[in-house]
Amino acid sequence: MSTAIHLAFKEIWRNRGRFLLFSMVVGLITLLVLFVAALGEGLGSGNREYLEKLNADLIAYQDTARLTIASSRVDCTTRRAIRVVEGVRAVGAIGFAGASIPLEGEPEPMDISLIGVEPGQPGEPPVVRGTGLVRRSADEAIVDRTVALMSGLQVGDRVVIRSTQGNEDEFYDLQVVGITDSRKYGLRASVFVPIVTWDEIRPKASLGPGAEDPACNVVAVQLEDPSQSEAMRQLLQAQVGDIEAVDRQTAYENTPGYTAQQSTLNTQNTFALLIGILVIGGFFQIQTLQKVPQIGMLKAIGTPNSTIAVASMVQILIITVVGVAIGSLASFGLSLTFPPNIPIVFEPRSGAMAVVSLLLIGPVGGLVSIRYSLRVEPLVALGLG
Amino acid sequence: MTVALEAQSVVKQYPVGSGTVTAVDGASFRLQPGEFVALVGPSGSGKTTMLAMLATLLAPTSGSIVIGGQDLADMSQRERTRFRRRNIGFTFQDNNLVSYLTALENVELMLRLNGEFNATGRKRARELLELLGLEERMNVLPRQLSGGQQQRVAIARSLISRPTLLLADEPTASLDTERAFQVVETLATLVHEQGHAGIMVTHDLRMVEFADRIIHMLDGRVERIITPQDDLSCLADPAACRLITPDVLGIEASTAA
Repeated sequence: MSTAIHLAFKEIWRNRGRFLLFSMVVGLITLLVLFVAALGEGLGSGNREYLEKLNADLIAYQDTARLTIASSRVDCTTRRAIRVVEGVRAVGAIGFAGASIPLEGEPEPMDISLIGVEPGQPGEPPVVRGTGLVRRSADEAIVDRTVALMSGLQVGDRVVIRSTQGNEDEFYDLQVVGITDSRKYGLRASVFVPIVTWDEIRPKASLGPGAEDPACNVVAVQLEDPSQSEAMRQLLQAQVGDIEAVDRQTAYENTPGYTAQQSTLNTQNTFALLIGILVIGGFFQIQTLQKVPQIGMLKAIGTPNSTIAVASMVQILIITVVGVAIGSLASFGLSLTFPPNIPIVFEPRSGAMAVVSLLLIGPVGGLVSIRYSLRVEPLVALGLG
Repeated sequence: MTVALEAQSVVKQYPVGSGTVTAVDGASFRLQPGEFVALVGPSGSGKTTMLAMLATLLAPTSGSIVIGGQDLADMSQRERTRFRRRNIGFTFQDNNLVSYLTALENVELMLRLNGEFNATGRKRARELLELLGLEERMNVLPRQLSGGQQQRVAIARSLISRPTLLLADEPTASLDTERAFQVVETLATLVHEQGHAGIMVTHDLRMVEFADRIIHMLDGRVERIITPQDDLSCLADPAACRLITPDVLGIEASTAA
C-alpha cells in the first residue's frame, strides 16, 4: 500500500503541471454541475418558494382548473363552505397577479408577483421586519427580501406598484409595513397586499375599486391535525364540492412548466456527470496507454497488480478531490458576484449531492483504465507483449 | 556448489492457427553463482522467449527451470511474481526506469517492493550507485541521464535485492560502443564480485568477451555453448559451422555447467 501511495504521489508531483491542468478540467466540470444544480434550485425555488413556505396544509383550487392557479377561481361562498368543515382551523384567500415596481434610476421596472392575502389568515407570510397586514382593505404591503434588496425599500417607505387597467398603466402608492424572507412565485419577487387592495390593483379590463369579498385564485387551508391531511383533502372535496384540494408539494409541482423545467435541468446535470465520467475515464485511459511499456516493466520486476491498481486509484482520487475543490471554490466565489434577481441558489443539500456525485465519477471514470493497466502483460517489457 | 540456474529440456510452443510454432526446442543449460553468460543468436532464435521463461514471465510448454533450488513449475502466478521480485534482477533494452522517480528512487523501488526500505537498504542503494559512478546523478530523473547512465541505474536496481539470477535483455542496444563496453563490463564485474548468476541476451557479438560462457541459440535450440576464447566465427555465420557440434567442441550442451 505504501509503495502504491509513494508511486502515486511521486508521479503527480513530478508531473504536477499536467495533473493540475487535468484537475482544473475536473474543476470546470464541477463548476458546470454545481451551476446547473444551483440554476435548477434557483429556478425551482423561484417558481415554488411561496407555495413551499406557505403556512397551510392544503391548497384548494376550483375543481375545473386542473391545478392551474391562473385558471382557478374560488368565490367567498366556497371559502365559507371550506371554513366550516370540521377539522379546518383556518382558511385564507390568495390571489395572484403580475405587476411591476418602477425603480429609481433604472430604465426597466422590476416585475413582481402581486399576491393578495387575508390579514392574519393562512397565506400571509411572516415578517422578519415590521408588522403584518392589518385590514382587508388598506394601502399597505409586505415586500419580500428580493424586492427589498433590489429596490432598497425599508419598512415605512412608500412603494409604487404599476398595473395595467384597461389600456392604461395605473400607479398605486402603498406603504411598506413589513419585509418577509424570499417568497418568489412565478420566478418573480413578491409583494403581498390585502386581498381587497389586490383586487383593486390587479390588472383588469377596466379601472375600478376592489370587491368587498373578491374571488380569489386559491384558498390556503390550515388543519386542526396536519397529520390527517389526506383524509381532510378527501373530506373537503366531498363536502364542499367544486374544489380540488392538494398538499403544497402537489401544488407547486403543478405550476406551469415546473416539472418540465426541473426534468430538463436534472437531465442536463446527469449528462454533465456522464461527460465528467467520460472525460476522467478518457484522460486516465490515454495516460495508461502512454505508460504501457513502463507498467510492463514494473510488472516484470515484480510489482504486484494490487500496487499498480492502488497507485492508479490514489491518483484518480487526488485529481478528483483537487478538481472538485477547485470547482466548488470557484462556484462559491462566482456566486457571490451574482445579483439577487439571478435565479441561482446554492442550496447545501443539492450542492452536497452534486459534490458527492462528482467525487464518485472519478473512480467510476478511472475503472476502465485501472482494468486496462491490470491486463498489461509484463512481457511488453521484453517486446513480447 | 549450489547450481544457480538449471534449465532442462525446455520447450515453448505457441499455437498459431490450427498448428503450433516452437520458439524454444529442448534447451538445457546450467549456471553457477558468479557466472556471467551471454545468450546469443539471430532474431527468431528463441533467446528472448528463453529469457522470458527464465524470468517466470512465460511458462514452458514442457521441461523444467529451477532457480536457486526452486522449481518454477510448482508456483502459482502470484508466487512467481513474488519470486521474480525477490530472486531475479532485470535490466531491459529500454524503458528501464520509472520516468517520475529519480535514479536513487528507482533503485530504492525494489527495496520498497521487497519490504526492505530501511536505513540499511537505503545506504546500500547509495553505495551501489556510487560503485557504478553515479554519485553525482542520484537525485536526477531518468530523462536527465544519458543512455549509459540509465542502464547503470537499471543495473543497480537489479542488484539491490541481491537476486539469485540477473537477466539483461539487450542492455547495450541503445548505447554507443564505448558506453556499451562500460555497461557490460560493469555488469560482468558485479556478477563476478557479488556472486549472482547473470545472463545477458545480446545481438552484439563484441560484448561476449566479458562473458564466462556463450550460449548460442539457433532455431529455438541451444546450438552450442562455447567460451569467448573459442572460435567465435560460428556465431556470426552459423551455417558455416553446422558440422561443428558442441560434442566436437568437447562441451555437452544439454548438461553443460
